[in-house]
Amino acid sequence: MIQMENLHKSFQDLEVLKGVSLQVEKGEILALIGGSGHGKTVILKHVAGLMKPDRGRVYVNGKDVYKLRGDELEQLRSHLGFLFQSGALFSSLNVFDNVAFPLREKTRLGEREIREKVINVLEQVGLSGAEDKYPAQISGGMIKRTALARSLVRNPEIMLFDEPTTGLDPVIAHIILDLIKSVHKDLGFTGIIVSHELSRVFQIVQKVAMLHEGLILFVGTPEEIMVSRDPVVRQFVTEALRIPSSAMRSFDREEKPRGKE
Amino acid sequence: MFIRKLGALSVTGLRRTGRLGLFFVTTFFFAVTPPLKFSQLLKQIQFIGFQSALVIFLTGAFTGMVLGLQGFYTLNRFGSAALLGPMVALSLIKELGPVLSALMVTGRAGSAMTAEIGIMRITEQIDAIKLMGLNPFRYLVVPKFLAGIFALPLLTAIFNVVGIFGGYVIGVKLLGIGEGTYFGEMSNHVTVQDIVQGIYKSLSFGALIPWVCCYKGYYVGYGAEGVSKATTQAVVLSSVLILFWDYILTSALF
Ligand SMILES: Nc1ncnc2c1ncn2[C@@H]1O[C@H](COP(=O)(O)OP(=O)(O)O)[C@@H](O)[C@H]1O
Ligand SMILES: [Mg+2]
Repeated sequence: MIQMENLHKSFQDLEVLKGVSLQVEKGEILALIGGSGHGKTVILKHVAGLMKPDRGRVYVNGKDVYKLRGDELEQLRSHLGFLFQSGALFSSLNVFDNVAFPLREKTRLGEREIREKVINVLEQVGLSGAEDKYPAQISGGMIKRTALARSLVRNPEIMLFDEPTTGLDPVIAHIILDLIKSVHKDLGFTGIIVSHELSRVFQIVQKVAMLHEGLILFVGTPEEIMVSRDPVVRQFVTEALRIPSSAMRSFDREEKPRGKE
Repeated sequence: MFIRKLGALSVTGLRRTGRLGLFFVTTFFFAVTPPLKFSQLLKQIQFIGFQSALVIFLTGAFTGMVLGLQGFYTLNRFGSAALLGPMVALSLIKELGPVLSALMVTGRAGSAMTAEIGIMRITEQIDAIKLMGLNPFRYLVVPKFLAGIFALPLLTAIFNVVGIFGGYVIGVKLLGIGEGTYFGEMSNHVTVQDIVQGIYKSLSFGALIPWVCCYKGYYVGYGAEGVSKATTQAVVLSSVLILFWDYILTSALF
C-alpha cells in the first residue's frame, strides 16, 4: 500500500507539490495523469525515497519512508521497482548486464540462475537477441523495454512506472502496456503508472488521479473521470483521448457557464 | 537590499562549502570501510593513467627542457652552471612535477569524471543505483578517489623523470655541461626529504582532484546544460585549490 499525506516540495522558488495526498491500495494500480511539468515524476521519486518532502509524509506498506534508516530503506527498496522516464540504463553495461545487475549485486543467485531469469524476462519484453547491445546502440523503445525488464526482474511488490510509453510508436506502446497488465495479473503488485496513453491505461488501472499545478484535482475510477464535470479535468482527458476538438468545443459552450455559477 | 543579497550569497556559499566538506568525509568513510569495488578501482586507475599518460609525458618533457634552458642562462650569470642538474631536479620534484601533473590530470581525467557522474545524475542512473539498494559513493566516487591517490604519484614520477631527461638533453647535449656534472651534482643535492615532500604533494592532489570533480558531477544542476557548466567549474575549482593547497603545504610543512 502506498499512502501520501500532504506532500509539499519546492525547488528554489518553484513550488511543485502544494499538498498532495493520495492513496493506492494493495494490489491496485493507479494512473497518475496531468500535464507535463506538473510534478508527476517528483511524486514518484518521493514514494521511492529519492526526494525528501519539505512537508508531509509517505508511507509504503505502512512504513514512513523518511523515517527508515539504512537497512530498512534498503529492505523496502528491494521490493520496489521503478521504471524511470529516461530508462536510466547504465551506459557502460550492455542490455543483458543491465538487467542482470540488480540480481548480481543484491541476490545470492548463481550465474546460471541469473542467466535463466534475465533471458526469460528479456523474452517477455520482446528483446531476445539484443542482449549484447549497449544502450547507445538501441532505440528509445528498446531502452524503455530493457529498463522495464530490469525493474521487473526481481518481482517487486511495488512498481512505479514513469511514462513507460511516451515517445514510443503505438505498437510498442501497446506491447509494453499489455505486458504491465499481464505481469500485474501474475504478480499482483501495487503500482502507480504515469502515462498519457489514457485509453489503454484506463483498461489496466483501478484508479485514476489527476495532478494539476501541484494538487490532486481528481481521484476516482476511470469511468468516473470520463464523466467528470471539472472543466480542467475534462479538457485534459478529452485532449489526451484525442476526441476531435470541434466536438469538444460545442460540449464546452453548453457546460461552461454552469461550471462558473 | 544589497546587504540582504550579500547575506544570502554568503549563506549559499557557506552551505556549498559545507556540502563539499561533507562530500569528502562521506567519500573518505566509504573508502576506508569495506567492501571495495575492486574491479571498478582497476578500471579507474587504468582510465586516469590512460587519459593522462601522453599529456604528462609531453608537458614533462617541455617543462624539463625549458628549465634546462632558463636555468642554464640564469646560473651561468653567477658562474654556477654546473648546478643545473640539481636546479632542474629540485624544481621538478618539489614543485613543478606535482603541480603541473595535477593540473594536467584535472584537465584530462578530472573533467571526464565530472561529465560521467553528471550525466549519470541527469539521466537518473544515480537514482537507479540508489533504488537497487546500492551506494553510489561506493560504486562511483570511491574508486575514482582511490585511483587518483594511487595514480597521481606515479604520473608525477613519470613527469619528473621525463623532465629531468628533458633538462639533460638541453643542458648536456645542447649547451655542453658534462654528463657527470649534471647527474653527479643532482645526487649530491637532492635529498630523500625533497622527494618525500613531492610525494606528499602528489598524494594530496590525487585525493583533491577526484573529490572536487566528483562533487561537481554529483551535484550537477537540473537539466542537460548543467553538465557542461559543472565540468568547467570542476576544472576551475580543482585547479585553484591545487595551487592554493600547494602554497599551504609548501609554507606549512617545509
Ligand atoms: N531536481 C530538481 N531540481 C529542480 N527542479 C526540479 C527538479 N525535479 C523537478 N523539477 C521541476 O519540477 C517540476 C515538475 O517536474 P516533473 O515532476 O519532472 O514533471 P512531470 O509531471 O512532467 O513529470 C518541473 O518544473 C521541473 O523543472
Ligand atoms: Mg516526468
